Amino acid sequence: MLAYAAKRIGLGAVQVLAVAVLAFALVELLPGDAAVALAGDQPDPDNIERIREQMHLDEPALARLGDWLAGIATGDFGASLVSGRPVAGLLVTALEPTLILAGLTLILLLPLSIGLGVAAARRRGRWPDRLITTFTVGLYSVPEFALAVLLVSVFAIGLAWLPPTAVGVPSLLSEPAVLVLPLLVLLARPICSIARLVRAGMIEALDSEYVAHVRRAGVSERRVVLAHALPNAVTPATAQIARTADWLLGGVIVVESVFVIPGLGTALVDAVNARDLPVVQGIAVAFGATTVLVNLAADLVAFRLAPRLEVAR
Amino acid sequence: MSHPSATPHLSRRVVLGAAGLTLGASGAVLAACSSDPDPEATEPKTGGTLRAAFAGGGADETIDPHRVNLFADAARAKAVFDKLADLGTDMAAVPRLAESWTPDPDVTVWTVKLREATFHDGSPVRAADVLYSYQRIADPEATFRAKQDLAPIDLEASRAVDDLTVEFVLKYPLAEFPNSLAAFGAYIVPEGADDFDAPIGSGPFKFVSFTPGSEFTAERFDDYWDGAPKLDRLQIVVADEESARINALLGGQVEYAHDLSATTARANEDNDAVALVASPGSNMLGFAMKTDRAPFDDPQVRRAMFLLCDRDELVESVLSGRGLVGNDLFGLGFEHYAADIPQRERDLETARTLLAAAGVQSITLDTADVGSGFTEAAQIFAEQVREAGIEVEINERNADTYWADILTEGQIASYRSGAMPIASHISQRLLTESPTNLTQWHQADFDELYLRLQSTADATEREVLYQQIQQRLHDEGGYLVWGFADWIIGTLPGVHGVEQAPANTLDWARFDKVWMD
Repeated sequence: MLAYAAKRIGLGAVQVLAVAVLAFALVELLPGDAAVALAGDQPDPDNIERIREQMHLDEPALARLGDWLAGIATGDFGASLVSGRPVAGLLVTALEPTLILAGLTLILLLPLSIGLGVAAARRRGRWPDRLITTFTVGLYSVPEFALAVLLVSVFAIGLAWLPPTAVGVPSLLSEPAVLVLPLLVLLARPICSIARLVRAGMIEALDSEYVAHVRRAGVSERRVVLAHALPNAVTPATAQIARTADWLLGGVIVVESVFVIPGLGTALVDAVNARDLPVVQGIAVAFGATTVLVNLAADLVAFRLAPRLEVAR
Repeated sequence: MSHPSATPHLSRRVVLGAAGLTLGASGAVLAACSSDPDPEATEPKTGGTLRAAFAGGGADETIDPHRVNLFADAARAKAVFDKLADLGTDMAAVPRLAESWTPDPDVTVWTVKLREATFHDGSPVRAADVLYSYQRIADPEATFRAKQDLAPIDLEASRAVDDLTVEFVLKYPLAEFPNSLAAFGAYIVPEGADDFDAPIGSGPFKFVSFTPGSEFTAERFDDYWDGAPKLDRLQIVVADEESARINALLGGQVEYAHDLSATTARANEDNDAVALVASPGSNMLGFAMKTDRAPFDDPQVRRAMFLLCDRDELVESVLSGRGLVGNDLFGLGFEHYAADIPQRERDLETARTLLAAAGVQSITLDTADVGSGFTEAAQIFAEQVREAGIEVEINERNADTYWADILTEGQIASYRSGAMPIASHISQRLLTESPTNLTQWHQADFDELYLRLQSTADATEREVLYQQIQQRLHDEGGYLVWGFADWIIGTLPGVHGVEQAPANTLDWARFDKVWMD
């Protein structure tokens, strides 16, 4: 287990470094150069020259890459071109709402989706299974933005039960009502995909030789399902759960913009709109790091749930 | 969406256009007929918190008033700070912290008298504060937005005559110097201010709190020189998506939603839950032709383009009818606008003859997705030009570098401009030395004419020159101006005193005169 973890962590570090280099290179590849893009509809040559100096674009690219990587290693992502504030500080501010949403979504997602999957599998082919299957397939095909618009117009504007956006709310946790609609939208699709994976895994596990053996030994059905079948049934879903966690931690842009939640997705859109390249680069590295971390965690969990998988690698 | 017959639309627009033209001559009339539909005009009430939703810039937003860039920045800055002057609805400079300005006969030395005003900490606004603020903006090492507008001032030679009098010495004659005092971002801060964590200004609201990308709160400043605001508190919140702003308004989370789309306006026209305030003429839309190269170096070919453009169709389809038809001149409804020049109409036959005589067979039209309706307008105009038997190739450029590219490259390009005084439009875009001379309009005699205008102290004589300059541009200039988009704001019905005003003018996002039921 430890050797496996060490190997995966080393690989992850290399991946993050690669993302950092790539984020730097992409900015280099901008047509014209970054200063032209930054000047926007004020393409006054003096203005462009000033931006160029400000960004040290007149220095060789390799030297700038070295400085930037050295900065990242010490937590210094440079300063925003727009406000002059440290990029690291902006990342931390934007991370809070994203973490709250992602955390709450995952806390609700796991019991709900696993519960639905297990329930469907245990009543395979009967009406609860068919109901759950119809529901999950149907809901899965509704894109986030459509669901968000629908929920807002019905529950926030039509019935006025819930606030339509989180506009001006100082912290999401201080007014939990604003979280209801975004959470529903974020939960909708992952619940469907994970429930279906769990259902399939559960059916396979319940049909397996070892479950039949446990049953013959007289273990209660409840214990058979929860202690013996479930760990195996959930293993195939861990990759999907990791993908969902990664998606959530990236700040789901559609949900953030519809509900006015100033998370990482919004930060990225704002930085791109303002052509604030140091912030764009910083966010790219942050996204790379979370993806690597989440997948690392998922692999370790899967390894723990079903150690035999390592042999297959 | 239904497609009503063209006739009623046409007549409505003619009426609107005419209204825009006449009202434009007097900002006061325009303001008077706006907003408050209640004829008995009940006594304004004091109190309440108004929450206003603007698009913002996320965690990168700043409250340094000299760094304003976005609409949200400007709305916050004008709540807390004042400028010496601001632009009226017709773009004429209106005195604010300046009580009066008097030029010498050469219009190179301007004496500005300050009114008695106080900063929020109780200290008076003095000439030294004005000079400090302008020096900060003009810092050659920094990139403050108003730097270029203040460039004519020789700050070394300018001085404080006494606490309430500033003498500005200019580097050259400038009859329209008050426009510079009204420049975007030219706010007056207390002498020495460089840290704006808890900004102190002389504006109508006192700073309370600010979280970048989220909210800004300010409260009434009772000693405001222009009369204390009616509202207890003003809160500016950030919602980048237009749909989120209208949802927040419909859901009662805000009382004011800035910058709504024509589509939203159309959908809510008959909705009693919102009041729409549309300001005509706010955003110019057109095409810029390069006058220094084929085929548009021939004035007759430029004229053919003017004649091929079906402006009504463009306004109807690109702006959903929420706009005014342009007459190839910037600044419809603004001070000095040449409203007497007859409206250009489509004339396919003449255009065809002109193009045949010039031997033009094809053109390349540059566009990019840099604003709503930008590429759509290019497509529609291309169709209109094709009707004359001309081949039109649409070259969709990279949006990131579009503005820099079209400055030097291409033949004809999609173009837009926000509101600014006509003099600023000319000095930034139409002189040989202009920084963004998009139409490559290099005419020594035109430069001369503008120089003469700026050195003419007499207003009547200057007006003649304004008309002359615009007639020239209308006849053979490189800007084809097909329309002006409305600027649309939504409020809840109980909000009063929100005026029609182009963005970044005095009455735009002005909350010190707003009150609520």
